[in-house]
Amino acid sequence: MTTVFTSLLAGLVFGLGLIVSGMANPAKVLGFLDLAGAWDPSLAFVMAGAIAVAAFAFALASQRTVSFLGAAMKVPGSRDIDRRLVIGSVLFGIGWGVAGFCPGPGLVALGMGEIKALVFVGAMLLGMGIFELIERRKQESPLRAA
Amino acid sequence: MTNAITIAWTEFTPWSALSGGVLIGLAAAMFVLLNGRIAGISGVIGGLFKPAAGDVAWRAAFVVGLVGAPLTYGLFAALPLPRIDASFGALIGAGLLVGVGTRYGSGCTSGHGVCGLARLSPRSLVATAAFMGAGFATVFVTRHVFGI
Repeated sequence: MTTVFTSLLAGLVFGLGLIVSGMANPAKVLGFLDLAGAWDPSLAFVMAGAIAVAAFAFALASQRTVSFLGAAMKVPGSRDIDRRLVIGSVLFGIGWGVAGFCPGPGLVALGMGEIKALVFVGAMLLGMGIFELIERRKQESPLRAA
Repeated sequence: MTNAITIAWTEFTPWSALSGGVLIGLAAAMFVLLNGRIAGISGVIGGLFKPAAGDVAWRAAFVVGLVGAPLTYGLFAALPLPRIDASFGALIGAGLLVGVGTRYGSGCTSGHGVCGLARLSPRSLVATAAFMGAGFATVFVTRHVFGI
């Protein structure tokens, strides 16, 4: 139960960070992605601030087998740099560049009552559902896809 | 085409960007140290599509926190409104690409871009370079080739 509350709090602080940083605004994100126009470097500063703080936490977490609340550490151990990783990330980047939304800011803008954010989030959830269906079909198929 | 980058000084907000970034970092720190998990938003949501016992409530709570952030912010200050220029059609296409792409690539800006880079994961560095590169290329094509 405690971890549900801390999860809510983490989501809330994350969302506040997105609002404060301006990243819940797609126009600002696109200003960063537009290198050839008038470039707004703000997003790089958001990442620098976030990474600087998170790096300490991950260094500390890497030395522990359970969290401070006794939860199992579920930090991904995969080191494979494969086609899935690159192709998936490129597809994501194209979508990000089209709308200026990634998942977090989409949800925060939805919380601002933006109808366009609702459309984006709806399509994103549909995309995730499609991915899930494809993965399930692959697992059920006796012939594994290459 | 000129090679020099022109900085939009009127748009550039280094201090609010840094302080918002610190908040995002604190959220990621809290999440790994207390819940033992990566604050990767596409992964948190994606897990809801294959619900397992004891695995749904914390995911839903994280999403509620994100969606509830504007309401909370609005209690203390005037909420800055987003500007969403993309058409409804573009938003649907973008949403589908973001949904499929983040799941296929195992992460988004938060999971790979913030958490992955913070823990020096080579996998996340490659993913971040891939989605940023694709994002830069896409905006170049839409704005400067097609002039949308």
